[in-house]
Amino acid sequence: MIDKKLSVPELEQMAKQIRRDIIDMIFTANAGHPGGSLSATDILTALYFRMMRIEIQNPQWEDRDRFILSKGHACPVWYATLANRGFYDRAHLKTLRKLNSLLQGHADMKKTPGVDMTVGSLGQGFSAGVGMSLAARYLKKDFHVWVMIGDGEMQEGAVWEAAMAGAKWKLDNLTAILDKNGLQNDTFIEKVMPIEPVADKWRAFGWNVIEIDGHNMTQIVSTLDCALTIKGVPTIIIANTIKGKGVSFMENQPEWHGKAPNAEQYRQAMQELGVAQ
Amino acid sequence: MTINPSRYHQLLPEVVQMLDAPDFFTRTKSIATRFSYAEAVLELAERNSRIVVLDADVSKSINTNKFADKYPDREFNFGIAEQNMMAAAAGMATTGLIPFASTYAVFASLRALDQVRNSIHYPHLNVKIAASHSGITPGPDGVTHQAQEDLSIMRSLATSTVIATADAPSTKLATYAAADWDGPVYLSFTRDPVPVLFDINYPFQIGKMVLLRDGNDATIIANRDIVAHALVAAEKLAQEGFDIRVIDCHTLKPLDVETILQAARETGAIVTAENNIIFGGLGSAVAETLVENYPIPMQRIGVQDTFAESGPYLQVIDKYGLTSPHIVRAVKRVIERKKSGR
Repeated sequence: MIDKKLSVPELEQMAKQIRRDIIDMIFTANAGHPGGSLSATDILTALYFRMMRIEIQNPQWEDRDRFILSKGHACPVWYATLANRGFYDRAHLKTLRKLNSLLQGHADMKKTPGVDMTVGSLGQGFSAGVGMSLAARYLKKDFHVWVMIGDGEMQEGAVWEAAMAGAKWKLDNLTAILDKNGLQNDTFIEKVMPIEPVADKWRAFGWNVIEIDGHNMTQIVSTLDCALTIKGVPTIIIANTIKGKGVSFMENQPEWHGKAPNAEQYRQAMQELGVAQ
Repeated sequence: MTINPSRYHQLLPEVVQMLDAPDFFTRTKSIATRFSYAEAVLELAERNSRIVVLDADVSKSINTNKFADKYPDREFNFGIAEQNMMAAAAGMATTGLIPFASTYAVFASLRALDQVRNSIHYPHLNVKIAASHSGITPGPDGVTHQAQEDLSIMRSLATSTVIATADAPSTKLATYAAADWDGPVYLSFTRDPVPVLFDINYPFQIGKMVLLRDGNDATIIANRDIVAHALVAAEKLAQEGFDIRVIDCHTLKPLDVETILQAARETGAIVTAENNIIFGGLGSAVAETLVENYPIPMQRIGVQDTFAESGPYLQVIDKYGLTSPHIVRAVKRVIERKKSGR
């Protein structure tokens, strides 16, 4: 278990480990969503191994920072991150999507230690984050709420209901992170239902917008730090990412939204992610 | 014939005395139960700082605007965005707050159903869903604002607790009880005034039916605003020599199975009467219980396989078959079936 804040090189190593776990989990389960898990990996690593105020031994600590993966289908990255952070034994990762597992096909806060909100039906986790932020303000608590949404998820109308609410109440204790990987279940977002101009839309809804490279750990860390300092307005970090990042044949390929690798693909993916030869 | 008050329980004496009056529903003291909820949640807030109210642009209609006036930092108006309100309520509940999310029943049970299922009920978060304009009680507003299937929908959610109270005092008591209940509770209220039947001190318990009238020829099990119509029906039937038991089933779920089976054994015939579609609500719940445990003749009063329409509240529920003349006919039929063994 790691209690210190990891440095950028250490975070990069940890992200690699988490990516290997993601591939291993999905290969073992023979199901799951690798693409959107790999695009979000660097950001979740930075949050849990550097940013968030949490107590591993007390996952329900009331003053903890919260994280909600509103794009809940990408929960393999969440599960792998929580396991490596020490919330539960990494052996559980092999049980993803199996009967009696802690690790459901979409995340269940009552089953998985460290999961702060049950998610899966898109466009709901973001609203829950708004509720947590309002609760923190009313309870005079200083915890921060981080919510990751997907760019495909932006097509859900309820996302914009939550966006209006964040601006109305000037929720500066809430930071949204958009995992902007450009793809959704069927194919490229611009083919299914275009969402651009994304940054302008969020600005028009009253949000402070920061754009970053979602795979540059130095930039991720400095931007997450910066988001905490912005007051009087909610912030969204638009993280430009690559779906399937780290596994060459998965990168930017629509078919890897929700499918498991076969044995040969698994070997190749693990090699690319630096498994000892 | 005159009313025999000894047959009645829990009801206000002045209500019992008037049950045979032809103008009972216009003469008796009536209150819209949505206002009783608003009063109750305001009272609760004084003694429990964890209680907060969420609105969706109908606080003026439900009277929760009074809560907002008194506790501006504890009321959150989400605008016309019920989905966001429900999932935000779930998020608040994760921190230990007790959110009362207030809107109309049609929006709580339909528009925001995905949030109500996945963000509130699945994680069993302590959100109270306060739903006004339930059933077809919003007569004048028409079909889009009538929630004729709200009880069926809410009952079908795993682990749900579903309450449909008959009058103003029982609505206040249900609101108090919901605040103490661990987990989600669906509370439903009437848009229009309905007769005040109970004293505010009568024993109210979630999941426990209330015997209102003794009788052995048949039982009427009713909920929501139809309880009063069931009482009027029972008194009409008493004038014709029938001895009818009346039970208020204010909690549709968890269902008081024992009281249903006792009525089945002792009266041998049951009519359910509800302001809800006949599919999946009180009638279905009672029928399921009887079929599996003690099959006896049963009839269902409720909205049939149709949408209703605009009109004055009492005229709408009468046209769609929910008032005492319809209940009287159903009771006579069920007694006929009981006698003939069909």
